[in-house]
Amino acid sequence: MKNLISERVADFIKNFPPFNILDTKSLYLLAEQVLIVYKEKNKIIFTVDENPHSYFYLVHKGAVTLNNPTTNTIIDYCDEGDVFGLRPLIANENYKLEARAHEESILYGIPIDVFRPMAKQNEEVSVFLMESFASNTRNPYSKNQKGQLYGIEGEDDLKKEIKIPDLQLASYSKKLITCSPRTTIQKAAELMTEKHIGSILAISKGLAVGIITDKDLRNKVISGKQPITATVKSIMTTPVITYPKKLTITQAQMAMMKSNISHLVITEDGTTNTKPLGILSKHDVMVSLGDNPAVLVKAIKRTQKIKKIKQLRKSVTVLLNGYLEQNIPLGLIAKIISELNDTCIKQVVEISLAKMKSPPPVKFAWLALGSQGRSEQLLHTDQDNALVFEDVPEEDLPKTTTYFLNLSKKITKGLNTIGYEYCPADMMASNPKWCLSLQEWKNKLSYWIGNPGPNEVLMSSIFFDYSLAFGERSLLDNMSEHIFRTVEKYPIFLVHLANGALQSPSPTGFFRQFVVEQDGQHKDFFDLKSRALRPLIDAARVLILSHSVKGISNTWERYEKLAELEPNNNELYLACSYATKALLKFRTRQGLLHHDSGRFIELEQLTKQEKMKLKRTFKVIKEIQELITLRFKVTNILG
Amino acid sequence: MGLFKKSNTNLPEFWKIYESQFKKPTSKNFDELTFVVLDTETTGFSFDEDRILSIGAVKIKKETISVQEVFEIYLEQEKFNKDSVNVHGLLKHGRRVCISEISALEKFLDYVENSIIVAHHAGFDLGMLNNALRRNGLPKLKNAVIDTGVIYRKTLIKSYLVQPKTNYTLDELAEKFSISKKDRHTALGDAYITALAFLKIISRLKEKKNFSLKMLIN
Repeated sequence: MKNLISERVADFIKNFPPFNILDTKSLYLLAEQVLIVYKEKNKIIFTVDENPHSYFYLVHKGAVTLNNPTTNTIIDYCDEGDVFGLRPLIANENYKLEARAHEESILYGIPIDVFRPMAKQNEEVSVFLMESFASNTRNPYSKNQKGQLYGIEGEDDLKKEIKIPDLQLASYSKKLITCSPRTTIQKAAELMTEKHIGSILAISKGLAVGIITDKDLRNKVISGKQPITATVKSIMTTPVITYPKKLTITQAQMAMMKSNISHLVITEDGTTNTKPLGILSKHDVMVSLGDNPAVLVKAIKRTQKIKKIKQLRKSVTVLLNGYLEQNIPLGLIAKIISELNDTCIKQVVEISLAKMKSPPPVKFAWLALGSQGRSEQLLHTDQDNALVFEDVPEEDLPKTTTYFLNLSKKITKGLNTIGYEYCPADMMASNPKWCLSLQEWKNKLSYWIGNPGPNEVLMSSIFFDYSLAFGERSLLDNMSEHIFRTVEKYPIFLVHLANGALQSPSPTGFFRQFVVEQDGQHKDFFDLKSRALRPLIDAARVLILSHSVKGISNTWERYEKLAELEPNNNELYLACSYATKALLKFRTRQGLLHHDSGRFIELEQLTKQEKMKLKRTFKVIKEIQELITLRFKVTNILG
Repeated sequence: MGLFKKSNTNLPEFWKIYESQFKKPTSKNFDELTFVVLDTETTGFSFDEDRILSIGAVKIKKETISVQEVFEIYLEQEKFNKDSVNVHGLLKHGRRVCISEISALEKFLDYVENSIIVAHHAGFDLGMLNNALRRNGLPKLKNAVIDTGVIYRKTLIKSYLVQPKTNYTLDELAEKFSISKKDRHTALGDAYITALAFLKIISRLKEKKNFSLKMLIN
């Protein structure tokens, strides 16, 4: 029976292939039998080897990834309007991949028994589906094969820009540096140094017979196993792993993971029996995968559509993953990722400003609060932000406030679209309490500092980690100065803040075992955020505030500054700085692995070494908390 | 009042069938439960004076809505309130097929069975339905009820500076959860928006400690 919902479904699906080819009657008939499926983030839609469903799926809202769980790789990424799960439609066998909701998603389940006869009647539909199925991508037209069957003019260049790793061909170095297996190791090493390369191919009769890399030199020669006068043959890895020219990045990655090697040799026909054409190293893969931050920044700045920023942020995650894998120092990773995130936010503000009917009546500043303000936000989390605008005459205040509230609503909505969840405590500039003039903020800050109850301390602790995301810096400096002046007048505030910093639950119990959550969804998990990271963050805040240091909101940078200011505690502060970075890296790794915030950790999944590493940071937490207790005489206000 | 109350034996067959559903055991597993998300459009806000114009509902089983299984009916009207026409766009003797109040109730009871009813500001919709039942000499609905307006507040973190409002409109929920407001102010359209909001609220509440069906039912 035709109804409102089926009309709504038809309205959506008619825009996407293969449904755009169907006639209206079939379309409505189909829509009446659709299933609307809601999937929480990370929920499985089907697993490998699961019996075929009687539906295939179209993403209505959100995104779905098709994964190979054994190699833990994402094979395909399905966005709004993409179809997946076509296997039962074409082959009567179980699923070969796992489908998982990458975000909170709404899917349309298209009934196969209704759809099949329609597809049979319409050759174009069948062709599309076969293509989708065979190429492992659900929309063969939108990518490089676009226009092969029938060109869709101007099919949003949105997709062209985004490099989906799966389809991108890996570019390899074509300048081959080779030697003979009979060359001495010394000569080969000299050649590698001269050409600035990390590997060299051993060639015999024009064919690749082996490869030596820096690692081989380290492990087999410097260790003394082989003299440098020995031949390359004695240390080379053989046979070499060969692949044909048209290798996608994902394939290259999988090949490297499978054989646990870092170099692939590209040959004419992909076997060792033809001439080598080039070498593809792990580094090459990394470069093509993560694009490059400068390119991304440019791409974000050029964007006029908020939806497109969301797509670009995907590349940021790829970049992050690559950096962590390469073990780049976290301080540096955080800098790059924060810079990219800041650029995204700035662009959202720019786009929102352009949507306003008039330019802002006065200067303003958009503040990032919490983890984002501290530049410690590597994974997507909630948005915490605030807006401050220049003081205006009292009679203009209501209409100025209204203007900035409207702007804030647009910005927070835009941030939500690109992947920042709304703050459940509503600490966002769209809340009238967080969108104020400079004077109003000063009054509020004075109140918090002068009346430090638990709530005021909590508010201050979120607010005091602010940084400028967009707009006028002088407004921010003005607020910072006000905070320091007020804190000087009410030194007791620091004691309360210090006390707040000691409230986090202890990470370990009496026997030095991890303390895990007792109930709720995360029962038996370790809460890394509140038991390990927060104490360090809170301690850094109160200490830096007591030194009236302005403009540093990042926790490890705060500790580094403290180490400079208090040479006698140098060691402890540097240890804190290190621990913060280590914990954040840990959290980020966990988060990427499980595609969540990384806050809760399943201890059983950790190696002994990882557990030891975690426990080492706990020792530092205890020491810094003792320092705070003594310095701020916290016990005085408790007694 | 007892004088007018029909004894159980006098109740029509469809009510008895409806009532018997509640003798069946229900699943303890939250994900196995069936929810009927509904919305009613009415001639106004008075339980006694006003009447139901239409009922729209969708059924959620295992986080899935089947388009085939949606419920949409329009009721014949003897009373007509000019003011509410603009909001709902339902005209008396419009082109929709309308049925009598009693057969609407019969169809609804057959649809809802012993599911858990979900509605936004459920008190109003339930009040309208129960009053309609009473007019037709039938007892009140027996289903457990969840109000999305109430459970949404549970997803918010209370802090003294940022008080959650006491009342959130369906528009605000749609906005918060980025749900399209297409077909807003039709019973089925609103029921669908409420259903999506319900699913999103539940997924957020599941993360909280002590999540249970009990915590949701008013």
